Amino acid sequence: MHSQFGKEIYLYWYETMLLLRKFEEKAGQLYGMQKIRGFCHLYIGQEAVAVGTISALRDDDNMITAYRDHALAIAKGIPAKECMAELYGKATGCTKGKGGSMHFFSKEKRFFGGHGIVGAQIGLGAGIAFAEQYQGTDRVTICYFGDGAARQGMLHEVMNMAVLWQLPVVFVCENNHYAMGTSVVRTSKVLDIYRLADAYDMPGDSVDGMSCEEVHKGVERAVRRAREGGGPTFLEIKTYRFRGHSMSDPAKYRTKEELEEYKEKDPINTTLSTIMANNWATQEEIEQINEKVRLEVEESVKFAEESPFPDDDELYKDIYMDANYPFITD
Amino acid sequence: MRTIALRQALREAMEEEMRIDSSVFLMGEEVAQYNGAYKVSQGMLTEFGPKRIVDTPISELGFAAIGVGAAMNNTKPIIEFMTWNFAELAIDQIVNHAAKIVSMSGGQFSCPIVFRGPNGSAGQLAAQHSQAFENWYANVPGLKVISTINPYDAKGLLKSAIRDADPVVFMESETAYGDLGEVPEETYLIPIGKASIKKEGTDVTIVSYNKMMKVAMDAATELAKENINAEVIDLRTIRPLDWQTIVESVKKTNRLVIVEEQWPFGSISSEITYRTQKEAFDFLDAPIRRICSADANMHYAHNLVAGYLPDVPKTVKLVKEVMYMKK
Ligand SMILES: Cc1ncc(C[n+]2csc(CCOP(=O)(O)OP(=O)(O)O)c2C)c(N)n1
Ligand SMILES: [Mg+2]
Repeated sequence: MHSQFGKEIYLYWYETMLLLRKFEEKAGQLYGMQKIRGFCHLYIGQEAVAVGTISALRDDDNMITAYRDHALAIAKGIPAKECMAELYGKATGCTKGKGGSMHFFSKEKRFFGGHGIVGAQIGLGAGIAFAEQYQGTDRVTICYFGDGAARQGMLHEVMNMAVLWQLPVVFVCENNHYAMGTSVVRTSKVLDIYRLADAYDMPGDSVDGMSCEEVHKGVERAVRRAREGGGPTFLEIKTYRFRGHSMSDPAKYRTKEELEEYKEKDPINTTLSTIMANNWATQEEIEQINEKVRLEVEESVKFAEESPFPDDDELYKDIYMDANYPFITD
Repeated sequence: MRTIALRQALREAMEEEMRIDSSVFLMGEEVAQYNGAYKVSQGMLTEFGPKRIVDTPISELGFAAIGVGAAMNNTKPIIEFMTWNFAELAIDQIVNHAAKIVSMSGGQFSCPIVFRGPNGSAGQLAAQHSQAFENWYANVPGLKVISTINPYDAKGLLKSAIRDADPVVFMESETAYGDLGEVPEETYLIPIGKASIKKEGTDVTIVSYNKMMKVAMDAATELAKENINAEVIDLRTIRPLDWQTIVESVKKTNRLVIVEEQWPFGSISSEITYRTQKEAFDFLDAPIRRICSADANMHYAHNLVAGYLPDVPKTVKLVKEVMYMKK
């Protein structure tokens, strides 16, 4: 199989996707054991979108997404153990046990969250990009949201301003075909979501999200445009979540056949096939990667288990930057 | 001392902060080329240019979000709402985002942003253009809320708000932008969270803020004619509430009347009343009373507007009631 990409990037894609997958499979199990509580939305099936994006970004580029944030956060560089500890609500978590599953953040990794109000982060992403433009940097901001979020008014207000001001932002609609139990076809007559960008004179593109190669290429083009001052791009990346919307969703609104069709395209399998077909790794080397990932997930659980919960007096901390804020306590 | 209008005091606050801090910018509808819907930002485009004085389309939710995102990323936006009625379209960004960035990120990100604009009624503008929202935002941990029309206070507080590391809701008044007040040439700051005693007195405490301060002060003048010496407190900051200044005053006067433009249910006066009965129960010689806007929508007809709003006669009458005076 011929590819413009080489061994190194395929091995990166394979190992990272496997980590995201195994981390979340573990999180799913732990949720069943009630070690993890609250809402928990798994990304399983969509991993190619995460790693195909990261391989096309610079480390200092910015990222923001919605509540389905575990995989993107880990791919952006937040250590898996800090993510697992966060799911446990531990003080060592990536937001000190304050955000939980839906609100992963890392200032150091320039990961701007984990947001729970559908579509609201579209505007935040544009604002983060506005600040980069204002400060004269060449950093690009990549802003993810779902097919459901694409129906929010926010999208339209912000796409308009982003083009008007030529903001260095890439809007990525991860079209996994469902917003909870509502399929895309039940939400609009406009099924090619990327075409919404036409209304604002923004370049838009449809991308196969089950392919790391296609995601990388689409994001790379958009990022280059943004970095060179060409303004925003709208990418609709078509993907699929293999699990329900959240842990409580048995996903009865879709057929087994549909699910199987997408599982056939599982990006972890196809990436591995390409690696093997090109002799980029021996079976033994693949086993080593698998073992490394298994250990990393295991260690993340151990770290989370052994970490302390936040101190009780954290209740009134991180509400304000102002350390002397006089809270009303009675 | 020189005398300037409220709009100029607000403008000077923004200009002074923008001169010393290049990360501060002003964004909103009509703020740049039109010089501001109420001319608060008059001339600022000329000095600072379109990069820092940014006109927006009529997209309150969108530009509020752009402000919040920018505030998370090393800049200090001032977002002007043409009035706070229109900020209702953006309340998700103020309440669900600006107020929660520090918490949700475990203290990694902050949101140093000012949302400002005129609040409350402004003549016969009917139901959708006349609302006072202080209590809505004052209910929200993570926000600070300032509401004032005194030019001196407004300038010093707006400068503090722009410097503050937390999101600040800053409420002005359409009808007061032309009001004059003494403001020194020299630069100064007023701390957030401190009330101001505008008139000292001994017989009754009247607490108010924003343009109802005019009613409170005029009522105090009327009362003085009848030898009632009212102490008048301007809250200036709503959240955090400087209840200590109120309680100290009540310990002296033993009576409290609150005048505000809020609707009554769950208003700022409700909070003050709770706090005062708790901290100064033994000092009260009469029930705490208040005048709010009517628990109704603002209608257009002038007599209905008058019936809706607190005024001097209603305030004078209420003060006399808490003093157990006839008529
Ligand atoms: C403003 C708002 N409305 C409703 C919800 C409840 N809700 C959470 S996720 C979701 C579906 C969103 O679907 P989509 O944008 O396609 O993202 P996906 O979950 O598929 O990643 C809904 C309705 C919410 N969190 N916020
Ligand atoms: Mg979806």
